[in-house]
Amino acid sequence: MADQQNEAPDATAEDAATTEKRPSPLSGDGASEEPIEGPWTHQSIDIPEGPIEETVSFDTYPAGQYGHGELGFEDDEVLDLLRNMLLQRRFENRCRQMYQQQKISGFLHLYIGQEAVSTGSANAVDIGEDSIITAYRDHGMGLAMGLTPEECMAELFGKKTGCSKGKGGSMHFFDREKKMMGGHAIVGAHLPLGAGIAFAHKYRGEDNVCLCFFGDGAMHQGAFREACNLAGIYELPIVFVCENNQYAMGTAVDRAFSKPDLFKHGYNFDFPSSLASGMDVFSVNKAIQDHVENYARDDQPSFLEVRTYRYQGHSITDPAEYRAENELDERKSEDAIVRLEKYIVDHDIATQEEIDGMDDEVTQTVKDAIDAADAADFPDEDALYDDIYAQEEYPFIA
Amino acid sequence: MATLQFREALRAAMTEEMERDDDIFLIGEEVAEYDGAYKVSKGMLDQFGRDRVIDSPISELGFAGLGIGAAMNGLRPIVEFMTFNFSFMAFDQVVNNAPNMRYMSGGQFDVPIVFRGPNGAAGQLGATHSNSTEALYANFPGLKVVSPSVPDDGKGLLKSAIRDDDPVVFLESELMYGLKDEVSEEDDYTIPLGSARVAREGGDVTIVAHSKSYHVAMDAAEELEKDGYEAEVIDPRTIKPLDIETIVESVVKTNRCVVIDESNPFASVASEVTQQVQDRAFDYLDAPILRVTAPDTPAPYAPNLMDEYMPGVDETVEKCKRVLYTE
Repeated sequence: MADQQNEAPDATAEDAATTEKRPSPLSGDGASEEPIEGPWTHQSIDIPEGPIEETVSFDTYPAGQYGHGELGFEDDEVLDLLRNMLLQRRFENRCRQMYQQQKISGFLHLYIGQEAVSTGSANAVDIGEDSIITAYRDHGMGLAMGLTPEECMAELFGKKTGCSKGKGGSMHFFDREKKMMGGHAIVGAHLPLGAGIAFAHKYRGEDNVCLCFFGDGAMHQGAFREACNLAGIYELPIVFVCENNQYAMGTAVDRAFSKPDLFKHGYNFDFPSSLASGMDVFSVNKAIQDHVENYARDDQPSFLEVRTYRYQGHSITDPAEYRAENELDERKSEDAIVRLEKYIVDHDIATQEEIDGMDDEVTQTVKDAIDAADAADFPDEDALYDDIYAQEEYPFIA
Repeated sequence: MATLQFREALRAAMTEEMERDDDIFLIGEEVAEYDGAYKVSKGMLDQFGRDRVIDSPISELGFAGLGIGAAMNGLRPIVEFMTFNFSFMAFDQVVNNAPNMRYMSGGQFDVPIVFRGPNGAAGQLGATHSNSTEALYANFPGLKVVSPSVPDDGKGLLKSAIRDDDPVVFLESELMYGLKDEVSEEDDYTIPLGSARVAREGGDVTIVAHSKSYHVAMDAAEELEKDGYEAEVIDPRTIKPLDIETIVESVVKTNRCVVIDESNPFASVASEVTQQVQDRAFDYLDAPILRVTAPDTPAPYAPNLMDEYMPGVDETVEKCKRVLYTE
């Protein structure tokens, strides 16, 4: 500090419209000991003649624009993408049945319709090194990250073999090894956690990033603004991904936002911001790849709106009577699984018969997961007191 | 032993721990360039650099949550709230994210984080800036709550809190930051969480008090001594887990108990101590347990009202004499 001049910068009226963000205090190499430019403000209060005009642009990733080759997928990997999306859909369909049979209790939010988002995203990062955190509609992301159908179904059944030992349930899938940092059930509350996860990656000087998923409803929470702002000033390796499925519970996105073009909200933080189709796994994959490799790995936070649609109600008990007539059928006509199957057949990657065979296999996998979950034990009764404190023999009030 | 202000003892704890472990960082409003709103972190930016002593904007929800996420991903954050009155902006993060993560992930994720800062009334600051939060936070399973009353405990307990693998709410006091007292210079000086301190021995009445109220208790004990009564003063130091054994041991000896707690009375620490003592030592009690707390009102501004609001020596002496049946 001693060699720095503690003087106000020579600001002009023009500067008042163009204040630059200061460099992040967090350097990412742990070595910086000096403040960068001192704590004083560099902003001008000399107001220029108006109007102040700015031009902004937003990248888009429409459906049907990308092929697997340019994204780096081999033919068999395209089949893996389809297999994973089918797994999510069959899993979720059986979850609905299992809820009706009272094998699953609590809140159950199904991901059907949104599978391209999880599969496209998980296949754009390094699972186990990069981190992913998401909201409560988390089964799809868990399965996309490689959590097994057995441990996921067991969690829903409340069994000790579940991915959270039967302590979390539908909304709280976790896998430390895969850096699945949770399903989180308070809308918006996990966005600052995502910033913190990215903070830790950068603090340790790693090249890893955090994908932070949330629904359109989460963007109303102050937590969204706070997380984005902190990510901006600390230059965190994070992509904020809004899975806009059109409804926050029963509230349509354009009824709830003063600015319903959600991708434009990233501009408020000077983030690179884009809009992608969530109905094409390749579009999602391309968008996430770009945001991760071009921005996050360079410690530039960014914002991506993925526009998608959930076929089911908000939760299992929601008949979704707020939809317009034919709305669901129209959206289903753009189904991401149908699109990928057609792509695979059109590109001679597999025949429809082979795809049907794959679907049968996946259906059997889910059935096996149900059988395994059914056969597994509930947690022991004393598990009620496990995993609350690290401290052994914590003196709980008797 | 060194003679240190409370703030210096807390700084020594953070500094020693940060020298020991690179995964520890300090984040909060004005902790770096400003040297701390109450100068607890004075000089730490210069010592540890801007990667480890980090100014946050006024964004309690944001930086509390950021700390929790960083803790889930392997770091050990110290999050400073300028005061715990502002922690309510981050309430969801402190009570619903930090303490539940280990449980609902089936033990996969530690959240080794310390939320620290001043708690309770600090003079005439009005209702919004005078909240006592210990009972509130202690109500949530998964959190630990620490509230030291002297600099030596501040140092030893804060070091333990930083080393703890669970989230710890560490409650300090604006009015005590300048308090000077002897502090251990012993290498690696820690005091385990969950252990009370018998601050003064006596056989006639047990006074339980933490934080600022501890000093009220000690002054009251001196007044009682003038009248020939020996009070035993127990400082729980940690609110959760509460060292009820040490408190009960004292009550078994004195058969009388008064609890001072500057919180509002409903469901306060004083309520909890009262309940647990009667549960374990009912047959040893020769009088009902009495509490000395703030009234069930918001904190006022006017000086005379504030004097009336805070637990005081006179009220404590009076209640001790009531349980001694001398008045």
